[in-house]
Amino acid sequence: MGAMNYIGQAVKRKEDHRFLTGNGQYTDDISLDRMTYAVFVRSPHAHAAIKGIDASKALAAPGVVGVLTGADLERNKIAGLPCGWLITDVNGQPMKEPAHPCLAIGKARYVGDHVAVVIAETWQQAKDAAELVEVDYEVLPAVVEAVDALKPGAPALHDIAPDNKCYTWAIGDKGAVDKAFAQAAKVSTLDIVNNRLIPNAIEPRAATAVYNRSSEEYTLYVASQNPHVERLLMTAFVMGLPEHKVRVVAPDVGGGFGSKIYLYAEDVVVTFAAKQFNRPVKWTAERSESFQSDAHGRDHATKAELAMDKDGNFLALRVHTVANMGAYLSTFASCIPTILYATLLAGQYKTPAIHCEVTAAFTNTAPVDAYRGAGRPEATYVVERIVETAARDMKMDPAEIRRKNFITTFPYQTPVALLYDIGDYDATLTEAQKMADVKGYAARKADSAKRGKLRGLGYACYIEACGIAPSAVAGALGARAGLFEAGEVRVHPTGKVTVFTGSHSHGQGHETTFAQVVAARLGIAIEDVDIQHGDTGKVLFGMGTYGSRSLAVGGTAIVKALDKVIAKGKKIAAHLMEAAETDVEFADGAFKVAGTDKSIPFAQVALTAYVPHNYPHDKLEPGLNENAFYDPQNFTFPAGSYVCEVEVDPETGITTIESFTAVDDFGNIVNPMIVEGQVHGGLTQGIGQALTEGCRYDPETGQLVTGSMMDYALPRADDVPSYKIGTKVTACTHNPLGVKGCGEAGAIGAPAALMNAITDALGVRDLPMPATPQTVWRAIHKKS
Amino acid sequence: MTVKVSMKVNGKAVTGEVEERTLLVNFIRENLRLTGTHVGCDTAQCGACTIHMNGRAVKSCNILVMQAEGADIATIEGLAAADGTLHPMQEAFREHHGLQCGFCTPGMVMSAIDLVKTHPNPSEETIREQLDGNLCRCTGYHNIVKAIKAASAKVPA
Repeated sequence: MGAMNYIGQAVKRKEDHRFLTGNGQYTDDISLDRMTYAVFVRSPHAHAAIKGIDASKALAAPGVVGVLTGADLERNKIAGLPCGWLITDVNGQPMKEPAHPCLAIGKARYVGDHVAVVIAETWQQAKDAAELVEVDYEVLPAVVEAVDALKPGAPALHDIAPDNKCYTWAIGDKGAVDKAFAQAAKVSTLDIVNNRLIPNAIEPRAATAVYNRSSEEYTLYVASQNPHVERLLMTAFVMGLPEHKVRVVAPDVGGGFGSKIYLYAEDVVVTFAAKQFNRPVKWTAERSESFQSDAHGRDHATKAELAMDKDGNFLALRVHTVANMGAYLSTFASCIPTILYATLLAGQYKTPAIHCEVTAAFTNTAPVDAYRGAGRPEATYVVERIVETAARDMKMDPAEIRRKNFITTFPYQTPVALLYDIGDYDATLTEAQKMADVKGYAARKADSAKRGKLRGLGYACYIEACGIAPSAVAGALGARAGLFEAGEVRVHPTGKVTVFTGSHSHGQGHETTFAQVVAARLGIAIEDVDIQHGDTGKVLFGMGTYGSRSLAVGGTAIVKALDKVIAKGKKIAAHLMEAAETDVEFADGAFKVAGTDKSIPFAQVALTAYVPHNYPHDKLEPGLNENAFYDPQNFTFPAGSYVCEVEVDPETGITTIESFTAVDDFGNIVNPMIVEGQVHGGLTQGIGQALTEGCRYDPETGQLVTGSMMDYALPRADDVPSYKIGTKVTACTHNPLGVKGCGEAGAIGAPAALMNAITDALGVRDLPMPATPQTVWRAIHKKS
Repeated sequence: MTVKVSMKVNGKAVTGEVEERTLLVNFIRENLRLTGTHVGCDTAQCGACTIHMNGRAVKSCNILVMQAEGADIATIEGLAAADGTLHPMQEAFREHHGLQCGFCTPGMVMSAIDLVKTHPNPSEETIREQLDGNLCRCTGYHNIVKAIKAASAKVPA
């Protein structure tokens, strides 16, 4: 096969055979000799003082190995969970960072908060004994909505934040925005709620730890999106363990969507307990624990105002957002409603002045962190809902008001910090309109009306910043870690290749996409390339997979390592062919002397590197193994246009998605089959947010009302349509693959497109998500 | 109290001694170490634990192992031929990219086989309706529906 033939091909996935035959190995599938089982005792109250814990009955129960509480961890100097991003308040003070103990100390602050853990010989014994742990709670008043938590007199969660405020942060030129508003011909305003979501990867979180007394090494198997960061945080900041004596393995992971990025209390507790009790300890979440204690997503309340001139040119955007952090700061919580949100408020538009102020509040709810899109769906929802509203206020076509305001020249510096390198927003919108047959919409609407149905059409033109992140930029914005990626290319003597990547696949298909990149570059068969990930014992370092960064950052690290392999190979080949190194070229899997027919295949150079009988020992070491770290110069900026057409039945309030068209610009595409699959999944999660999903806590008691799949409606096959997918390409200008990232786009763009369509159908200004039949029905009947 | 159970799993006779409250899925995963059958929700909502019991798709997290006494059970591990050739439904999922993280996949495939058996040559609408007992968070169902449609022409009824 020719060298570049793998790029752009829908290569079938290498990982599928094991998943289809039941041979995948997820964390809960791992069984260790003498393994014990952990069950956590969780707070049934949203806010309660813990007066005492009596574990005597539990300790006496059959099979119980031990019980641990917060006091045990404190005594053993196990610290709380850290937050990886410092946000500085508008008054120059650091954000409030309350202690986040792995097992509660003194107080429980949300339903599901970890109070104790019971470890027993079997899971049933641990489960039974957990019921016997007696916790003396004094129930305290609770607050679950961020807006309420900020009101005077609201119950305070943490002594260091008596007003429940984590920070107020702002970006943009307030003076310029105020001035533009003063001169505006028209201002559109909208109050927007971005509903709280519960991620619900179908594989529940799980962690199994083992300690080896001979080597004094820990191994933690964990359903994680970034095992190296997990190890770093756990060893350096929480447990004080030697990092080189801890191995973290994230084997097959059954979906993440953000929820498995973070270091969780359970991971720390089982690792500690494994040494404490000298037994392997396994914990696997029940689904109700996933609902209660996985980091949730979104949960913003926003006021948005858009100033325009008389022709609908955007002059300024003013945004005030209150963001719910939950009870504690999760690993990346603080940067989601700030750095990953407000910097995207320019959208695809040349709005010259933007100001956004964000206040983040603590509440008696599960911690909130990144969930597929992480800040960017919230930003897109604000921008695309207010733009659609502005079009209606101005009586302009919603596509035309967008086109009028599109950024058309690149690079483009937005007023909210980002520098877009490239894009063609008109191209995706035009293609989406064509694929969606917008021209035929009026006829379809008339037909719906004839049948007594309401039809609506909605657009969303999103942008996202992916490929996180240039470390220097992230550091200046408060990141407490670098955000590069690492890769290693190990060429074996036979010319077969193992690649180690710091990215992690939990459904994205890296074993295939990355292998395509490697096989294409080396001109070898894809079967001869194996991609390894998810094991700190194998991979030199990694920052993990989130923010659609894997190919743009992790893939580029591999490309850089490949460049080094090829450079070294040229030297070896030059020696073998008795040619000048500068005359040696590498193409189609062979080293050639330019202008001659001399040629040596890649595998022969590999063999020479390991059997160096005829080798330039004076210039080179033997072996062919290279690694590289890549720190991106800029974010990448995937963008696209979505068109959604709905039909609403006014009798029942049921919304049917008649068609959903997504045209994305992800830059160059390595595997279109995988990219389309990512879009399908993202769209469905976005549609879930808009139509079916909504986390509810009882406002009085703080109980999680949507605590199971019976109460929290994940979209099912009959809730969503088949999609129309298209792509347009402007290649990213600053990575060698020209790629941008595709994992989150659907979840970012879909909610606004769908809600724009439903509000269009109903003729209402706004509607809360999820637009369940009841919500829609009430809106229709309130109106009439 | 423990009880003895015996049944046929993937064509082989198996026995075990388990607590009475043991669920079928736990017996399959823990006692038989057939870990291809997954637990996603514990409440029969997600379908990751779907197996075939006496030829019907059943959610194995929702029945006791004692209820499967004497039954003929098939799990995902038993689908492919001895020489490794995939079942047409497995092959269709691979061909049409009907899986991403793979966690819901075994249950999806087991359900899908039952679906095309009970609804030969199903329409897209029928597939979507009948798939309503299985959750997938990755694929958005688009390619699963395509795979089942494609396989329905090939799977023997």
